[in-house]
Amino acid sequence: MSETKSIVIVGVGGQGILLASEILAQAAMLEGYDVKTNEVHGMAQRGGSVMAMVRYGKEVHSPLVARNEAHILGALEKVEALRYADYLRPDGLAAVSTQAIMPVTVSSGAARYPEDAAELLHQAFPRLVYIDAAKIASDLGDIRAANVVLLGAISQGLDLPLESWEKAIALCVKEKFLEINRKAFAAGRSYS
Amino acid sequence: MRRLMSGNEALARGAFEAGVTVGAGYPGTPSTEILENLARYKPDVYCEWSPNEKVAFEVAAGAALAGARSIVTMKHVGLNVAADPLMTLSYISVEGGFVACVADDPGMHSSQNEQDTRNYARFAKIPLFEPSDSQEAKDFLKLAMQVSEEFKTPVILRTTTRVSHSRSLVELGERILSMKKIGLVKDPPRFVPIPVWGRPMRQRVEDRLIRLQAFSESSPANRLEWRDKSLGIITSSIAYQYTREVWPEACVLKLGMSYPFPDSLIRKFAEGVSNLLIVEELDDFIEQHVKALGLDCQGRDVVPGIMELSVDRLLAAKARHERRPVKEPKTSAFSDRLPPRPPVLCPGCPHRGIFYALGREKVVVTGDIGCYSLGAFPPLDRMDSILCMGAGISMAHGLEKAGEPCKVVGIVGDSTFFHSGITGLLDIAYNRGSSTIIVLDNRTTAMTGHQDHPGTGRTLMGEATKAVSIEDIGRACGIERVSVIDPYNLDQAGRVISDEIAADAPSLIVSRAPCPLRERKRVGASRKILAEECKGCELCLNLGCPAIEGGEDGPRINETLCAGCGLCQQVCPAGAIVSGERA
Repeated sequence: MSETKSIVIVGVGGQGILLASEILAQAAMLEGYDVKTNEVHGMAQRGGSVMAMVRYGKEVHSPLVARNEAHILGALEKVEALRYADYLRPDGLAAVSTQAIMPVTVSSGAARYPEDAAELLHQAFPRLVYIDAAKIASDLGDIRAANVVLLGAISQGLDLPLESWEKAIALCVKEKFLEINRKAFAAGRSYS
Repeated sequence: MRRLMSGNEALARGAFEAGVTVGAGYPGTPSTEILENLARYKPDVYCEWSPNEKVAFEVAAGAALAGARSIVTMKHVGLNVAADPLMTLSYISVEGGFVACVADDPGMHSSQNEQDTRNYARFAKIPLFEPSDSQEAKDFLKLAMQVSEEFKTPVILRTTTRVSHSRSLVELGERILSMKKIGLVKDPPRFVPIPVWGRPMRQRVEDRLIRLQAFSESSPANRLEWRDKSLGIITSSIAYQYTREVWPEACVLKLGMSYPFPDSLIRKFAEGVSNLLIVEELDDFIEQHVKALGLDCQGRDVVPGIMELSVDRLLAAKARHERRPVKEPKTSAFSDRLPPRPPVLCPGCPHRGIFYALGREKVVVTGDIGCYSLGAFPPLDRMDSILCMGAGISMAHGLEKAGEPCKVVGIVGDSTFFHSGITGLLDIAYNRGSSTIIVLDNRTTAMTGHQDHPGTGRTLMGEATKAVSIEDIGRACGIERVSVIDPYNLDQAGRVISDEIAADAPSLIVSRAPCPLRERKRVGASRKILAEECKGCELCLNLGCPAIEGGEDGPRINETLCAGCGLCQQVCPAGAIVSGERA
């Protein structure tokens, strides 16, 4: 298992997590690795918490990442980062967007959104890239590219060359959104 | 050329390469994308969404009788609907290859139960294939098609959520067409199972099973992997992949053609290893058989049979097997402080208004399968039962006939109505029921990702077609009180629902508004809450809309999420909710 890289990307249904994981998988494939991914469809997508997993290496068996195994945890929402914190290995890198999306359980008063979420993130993840992906994407012209900003941040912890990332983005994104997604990726990749 | 494909895409590719010319199915997670991807090979392949799995199965069976290669796709519970044709197609046999692609959902990610389809292969006495990744999905589909044609038997190809929805690399191949001439070759003793001909068919099924067993002994889908002989594991499907991670040194007998069982191969494997362990997801299908062969093994005593397996769960199983203490993975200290995030009806969902209106009625609500199943969650909390597709209608009638003191309302979606709601409605009209049936018609099969159905006016091949009217069907079934309501107009919808519940005759209400997610547009201008007018009654929060966020300073509307349906404006007694600028 040691030479296989495992990445978990989480967020809320509709945030573009599947696209991020697809680009990552394509980039790894372009580097000649064996790749497996897993994603959630159906009921869980309706505004629920969503997770995608990618594993790549010489030979990959399980498409699922085990707990305490992931080298990288990427999250487009704070509470979701905390919810899946267990997947990250102790020395793993967490790339978390500063966004907070209220679940209906909070709106209806049945549960509370932790006010100290940012603090908890710093406690939970010794290696944390804490990035306002939504703001960066918005400033670039489209908030929907926040997923690719985050992917850029994730890429900091992986040994895949920029060339493969760019090719992968071109393979997965429609022509007219290519430029903004390239910029979004670059912004996330250089963020510190 | 190698491509990254999901298991479902790979099955479609396999069907294409295998020369399939007819595909039919009904959407159901995790099976839906098989047929969606196969339809992309048009015009080489004819594909259709049938009204339900039984019809789809029979369409594909008809094609196979004509000599064409066909597949039918469905989720595990869909095979219950199609079980009738399955059991007898096994008797009458097929001429062109016929493969039923059935996707199980261990862990119940998107399903009401966790049944194990492998049992159906044994039940119907037909072969079963189980791929463990996308390459195998493609290869096994082709292999299954060959076996089907050679032995003239329907075949089940079973995947699971993790096989269907995981992506891995697939080597593409060429399409190879059947040389058979299309046309039914008249042969009643073969195709007509009236008792005089059916009894010999019954014998042929058993004879075929013996020949299939001999075949499975040398099938390339069953593979021996010899390593350290102190432990041998028999496994199949996705459990194979987890096994290779958790027990990398163990010998493995990987069953790809997992029914009928290759008994000699199993015996040879068992003799070659010191300890035998069965690692399988859901039922102890393999284990029971291995034990029946008189072989000593472990399995269910260490590997759980409820919910899906994972590397984590198998690491625990390994510890139990080796009689070591189970080491739980490290969990975070704050996990109990995190608010749950269950799936919810989307902002602007037309179903919300109906559940809200029903919240004011003292009724029992029998529900059904679809996005609207989410109406069972608080704060809407307006669904009292779910059984299976169509049961929202028939169970309402049963409750009424049992003397349920409350009036009963049955809820069903548009696609579900066409799937198996019509016969229930007919029953209510025929047997003098008085239930109120509401069809939540959002013009699509929403939950599975917006597939067309007989009411949408479009086929899976992308052609325009007749859009069947739910109201007309209702009247044809004998329901006289038929009405159509706008779910975004709470007053009108509420009034009609109250009137129809009060009526002594059965009624059909069609709540009609297209799914905004499918339409990809807002319902109206986004709303905002005027803080100075808001009395803090929080009635708007009872709508369970993800766009309305509660807070210490009173609720506010997230403008990006708001779809502009205006329900909150209608329920606000203080007139504090108004149209924002954006339209």
